[in-house]
Amino acid sequence: MSLLEVDGVTVRFGGVTALERVSFAVEPGEIFAIVGPNGAGKSTLFNVISRIHEPEEGDLRFAGENLLRLAPSEVAGLGIARTFQNIELFEHSSVLQNLLVGRHRHRRASIPAQVFFAPAVRREEVAHRAAVEQVIDFLDLQPYRDRTIAGLPYGLRKVVEVGRALAIEPRMLLLDEPASGLSAEESGDLQFRIKDIRDRMGATVLMVEHDMRLVSAVSDRVLALADGRVIAIGTPAAVQSHPKVIEAYLGTEAAVP
Amino acid sequence: MRTALKTSYVQDIRLFPDVRRALRYAVLLALAAALPLLLDDFLLGEATNVLIWAIAGMGLMLLTGHAGQASLGHAAFLAVGCYANAILMERAGLPFAASFLAAGVITGLVGVLVAVPALRLHGIYLAIATLALSILTEDIIVLAEPWTGGVIGLVAPDITIAGAEVDRYGSPGLFYWLCLAVALIVTLGYRNVLRTPLGRAFVAIRDSEISAQAMGINVAMTKALAFGLSCMVTGWAGALMGHFFYTFNHEVFTVIISIQLLVMIVIGGLGSIQGAYWGALVVGVIPQAINIARDGAQAAFGGSVLIPGIETGIFMTLLIVFILFEPRGIHGRIEKWRIYVELFPLCRRDMFRRQKSFLKTERMR
Repeated sequence: MSLLEVDGVTVRFGGVTALERVSFAVEPGEIFAIVGPNGAGKSTLFNVISRIHEPEEGDLRFAGENLLRLAPSEVAGLGIARTFQNIELFEHSSVLQNLLVGRHRHRRASIPAQVFFAPAVRREEVAHRAAVEQVIDFLDLQPYRDRTIAGLPYGLRKVVEVGRALAIEPRMLLLDEPASGLSAEESGDLQFRIKDIRDRMGATVLMVEHDMRLVSAVSDRVLALADGRVIAIGTPAAVQSHPKVIEAYLGTEAAVP
Repeated sequence: MRTALKTSYVQDIRLFPDVRRALRYAVLLALAAALPLLLDDFLLGEATNVLIWAIAGMGLMLLTGHAGQASLGHAAFLAVGCYANAILMERAGLPFAASFLAAGVITGLVGVLVAVPALRLHGIYLAIATLALSILTEDIIVLAEPWTGGVIGLVAPDITIAGAEVDRYGSPGLFYWLCLAVALIVTLGYRNVLRTPLGRAFVAIRDSEISAQAMGINVAMTKALAFGLSCMVTGWAGALMGHFFYTFNHEVFTVIISIQLLVMIVIGGLGSIQGAYWGALVVGVIPQAINIARDGAQAAFGGSVLIPGIETGIFMTLLIVFILFEPRGIHGRIEKWRIYVELFPLCRRDMFRRQKSFLKTERMR
């Protein structure tokens, strides 16, 4: 069974159709990339999966469960984590605090127990701290544990945001343009990390990305969107050479009079 | 320069990061506990006043400083706590301990009720809505005359704890200790909340609702909880305030008090427990400082020096100065000095410069 099934999803904003009957399925253990020109509907698709936008038609299932029945805050509970295109970290908290927020779905203690900091809460906090430390090791964030996000450079913020999503212990990780704004070197690191996230953490990766070099290096399958429609789906090489994809990016030859 | 060597995760979780800081707070607490032996009745009354303001400040700090929900209506919750406590003691004949706890719970529930419609409002709009609540409360107190005594008001009943009479005038030391104990318990609870998932959820919805939601935080419920906890603490402060004023009516809990509370935590330092205490100290000290200055001026120039509105004027000037030059308040300023000394001579001028955040999107909240 597919992990994520998107079936005929249509989203409209007023008169604009952002997504039109988009259907695809992501298999467990896959690295699945979504490409397309600006305004193709990639981020909208992500926002539909994390329940920020309500689709007009269509079905959305994760591991067989109907996603459309969930509130936005319940999506993480299923094990779907995400990053944002424009980085949405908690600016005034430390890296450690940001990562710990990712542990929110694993909390067990009641509110009164937390106010009195009962022994069970202490044990739980130590366990969260240990789990977060694994993420820190995985992403080499050791020097920045206690640094405030507001003082960190852009590339590091991107890494911290991935770390916060990993702290959820996701079954599926949604990365919205993970390489945008990164240097060539950082982008190279990212390439290995995305593969490691799948191989070592066992998470399925669904990402939106413009950097075709990164996409063809890591992804198993690619979906090309243009004007809210699926125009091609398949291996990176096949999608890149698909005539419709080339048309969407470069346009058609003008008719010579 | 000192560096901390951490060998266990518990070190990141416990109340005080190191022994030195624990000792510093122990000395502070011992000093605070010894104040009734050191001060005369008048100054002790002022110290009690500062403690009660600090408790109210912590209530608002939780909501505004940590959960990021502005409230200009906390005088309303002070009033609810104050009247609930007095009415429960007078009418239901409950002992102080029971009515005091119940007053906090009732105020907390009222806070949650207010939060439900207010959840859809952000920033300035929430401030306006809570401001309206504060104005409304003054009228409700007058209208609910059979319960609240209307414009005449109520007299705070006597407190008896374990056989001892705790009275603001009769036994100011005991009343001070009562306030100190409440302040201590609230501070500990507040500190606990901050190091648990609940506190992190508060900070998360303050900084980015959209990603808090993506982390599995139920934004609406967290906001309602923040209102509930904040109002519970404010209600306790209100109950103590009633006993401190001895008599109170609708004119005690005005909009001005709401504004003063908000100004207080901004001057003290938003987003820190210490900020509530610093702010309360400023609120307590300024009127006395003005009185002393006035007496001095009268002695020097003769006649009577009375400038109407000077207290509010100074207070608001302070607010503007702090927002312009030290948005992190007194606590932030002290932290900067502390870091400067600890890192000496490695502190650089730009270390505390505020950075512009990258591409922060306001589009999705």
